[in-house]
Amino acid sequence: MENKLIVSPSPHIHSGDSIPKNMYGVLIALIPAFLLSLYVFGLDALILTLASILFCVVFEYFISKFILKSEPTISDGSAIITGVLLAFNVPSNLPIWILAIGALAAIGIGKMSFGGLGKNIFNPALVGRIFLLISFPAQMTTWPAPVLESATDAISSATVLSQLNLSSALPTLSSMFVGTESGSLGETSAIALLLGLIYMLWKKIITWHIPISILVTVAIFTAILYIFDPQPQYNPIIHLASGGLMLGAIFMATDYVTSPLTKKGMVIYGFFIGIITVCIRLWGAYPEGVSFAIVLMNGFTPLINYYTTPKRFGEKQKNG
Amino acid sequence: MGISTENCFMLKTFRIGGIHPAENKLSAGKKIENAALPAQVMIPLAQHIGAPCQPIVKKGDKVKVGTLIGKSVGFVSANIHSSVSGTVNKIDKVTDVSGYKRDAVIIDVDGDEWEPTIDRSDTLKRECRLSSKEIVEKIAGAGIVGMGGATFPTHVKLTPPPGLKANILIINGVECEPYLTSDHELMLEKAEEIFVGTEILMKAIDVKKAVIGIENNKKDAIARFAEISKSYPGIEVQPLKVKYPQGGEKQLIDAITGRQVPGGALPISVGAIVQNVGTTFAVYEAVQKNKPLFERIVTVTGKEVKNPCNVRARIGTPFKNLIDIAGGLPGDTGKVISGGPMMGKALPDIDIPVAKGSSGILIIPSSEAKRKAMKDCIRCAKCVNVCPMGLNPTLLMDLTEFQIWDRAEKQKITDCIECGSCSYTCPANRPLLDYIRLGKGKVTGIVRARKN
Repeated sequence: MENKLIVSPSPHIHSGDSIPKNMYGVLIALIPAFLLSLYVFGLDALILTLASILFCVVFEYFISKFILKSEPTISDGSAIITGVLLAFNVPSNLPIWILAIGALAAIGIGKMSFGGLGKNIFNPALVGRIFLLISFPAQMTTWPAPVLESATDAISSATVLSQLNLSSALPTLSSMFVGTESGSLGETSAIALLLGLIYMLWKKIITWHIPISILVTVAIFTAILYIFDPQPQYNPIIHLASGGLMLGAIFMATDYVTSPLTKKGMVIYGFFIGIITVCIRLWGAYPEGVSFAIVLMNGFTPLINYYTTPKRFGEKQKNG
Repeated sequence: MGISTENCFMLKTFRIGGIHPAENKLSAGKKIENAALPAQVMIPLAQHIGAPCQPIVKKGDKVKVGTLIGKSVGFVSANIHSSVSGTVNKIDKVTDVSGYKRDAVIIDVDGDEWEPTIDRSDTLKRECRLSSKEIVEKIAGAGIVGMGGATFPTHVKLTPPPGLKANILIINGVECEPYLTSDHELMLEKAEEIFVGTEILMKAIDVKKAVIGIENNKKDAIARFAEISKSYPGIEVQPLKVKYPQGGEKQLIDAITGRQVPGGALPISVGAIVQNVGTTFAVYEAVQKNKPLFERIVTVTGKEVKNPCNVRARIGTPFKNLIDIAGGLPGDTGKVISGGPMMGKALPDIDIPVAKGSSGILIIPSSEAKRKAMKDCIRCAKCVNVCPMGLNPTLLMDLTEFQIWDRAEKQKITDCIECGSCSYTCPANRPLLDYIRLGKGKVTGIVRARKN
């Protein structure tokens, strides 16, 4: 009996936490936004989301099996998240074949070319989204009106942010918060996305540092501009509730792999994402800047990790 | 003095990191039972941090319970006494808790004859007229070491370096390791003795204030201690939020006083000295009853164990005897651990003798004994969030793996208290602490070499 005892260093117990648990937790947090996209965009949203998941999972499977020749990791759920987030970042009438190209860019270039989950520098879904935005600018920036408003869903309508740039009539704030506005699939409802945030904070999947520092930075920055020049395009509430800011701040910037490790680093990262987002929105060529801001700061993450340390025990603390 | 008023409403705790594993205190509330005397004991000569003892007995010598058999050499060392009466069989290498074969005195037991100087009565003796110096000498003579598991000689802790003086004594009744209940049970059954021990320690280090920290999962002990503390001026009871590793010396000082001991410094640098409740009880027995440290309370527990229990065992009793009291080794046994599941040591066999630092024997079923396969780090930062020392475990693991020692030193790898919260938490099952322990040893060596 005795020689069968297992000997290993401590600790001898584990929390039971796992990568799939966290990934599926994020997926659960995405459910409210997904349900709302079904309500607003109808069947198109369902087809697009399922297709995007399928493309991402299949691409990851084949790339890992036949090119990297490693054990496929699709069961960890990360490819599903990439699929959902990619779909959430495109208009509901995007042709499926364009979506497939986006999925290939996301998984192939964004993730697997670096060696898979944990090694990628940039958020895969955003790599896919930006790839599509540059390659298919027309299709990516023409949003159908929500099916709620119009029987024919092929009529294109501008998002709130592009309306800001065009100085046309703005939708009501309540419709922006609830999400019955036109836009990409997952980014129309601030409330649904905030529900997801609350869930992830409750389940301790993420901490508040990244999303809150992004949202606070955007709010303060635009509020300062609004005080000096009260134009609607500077209204902080419109900025907070519109477009992909919530989606980006809550689900994309918080991607484990591509965001900083320390709390200080997370706040720095969130602050600059907020600043860059507002700059692109107000003075850039694109109506939406969150994706670019996040990917840019993804690139700075290793540097932020290098220069920030956690708050050490016993160091520069007030001794009571 | 009772429970300090503010604390009735808010539980204190340490400020950085921490985890809350399933408590699994299966043996809670089980009265301490005396283990039968074994036929033979193996008493290791190195049961403490510091130099091993010099044996002062030889084969054939007759010893009594409490006879000095190993003399401490040097300042950081502790005497060893016989835990039984009988005849010295031999002095030989025996596998001890460390897993290595080291010198031990092996004694064949014959009867149970105690040294006549030991007061075996149960009556509480509160009054102590000894001076501070005499108390410390008596503690050193009795071979008392930190009984929470660290086994640092107690008299050394009570003798601060010149120029430093304590202003608070903290008694550690936290027992934050899951499964273990030996301190809890001792607090319930020997509460008054622990208070007297605390008074003696206060006198030894000349402080007017002592705080006994107890985690809130031991409400009965908190209530009992709060009641008794009314008749002990200067001693206060502080309930603490249940959080691991609160029993860590630095974490406990932070929780109770709000002072943080700087990296590399001793608790005395912030004016605090910490002693475990088990140690405090041993101090009482040594000073008031002339009883050297030769027995202790051991929790024998595990999910498959028939009768999880708290046992009073003589030092040198084989673990196997105690496991038999708990109903024998379960059929499904994967691992046997000396200590708790977070910081305990896995044992190669169960013939290992109980030592002064053996707080528990934990038996883990085979389904929970093996680690899951390690995955790539997903940089979730959970290890960073739980580290109670404010370190970056995933970075320290990488720096160790790639042997970048200068950066590991700058990243304070030597501050690690090896609590295991990082490995416990990691969703990718990465063996963070294994690597950090390795790197910490390496960097400590480099730092030491540079000083010389």
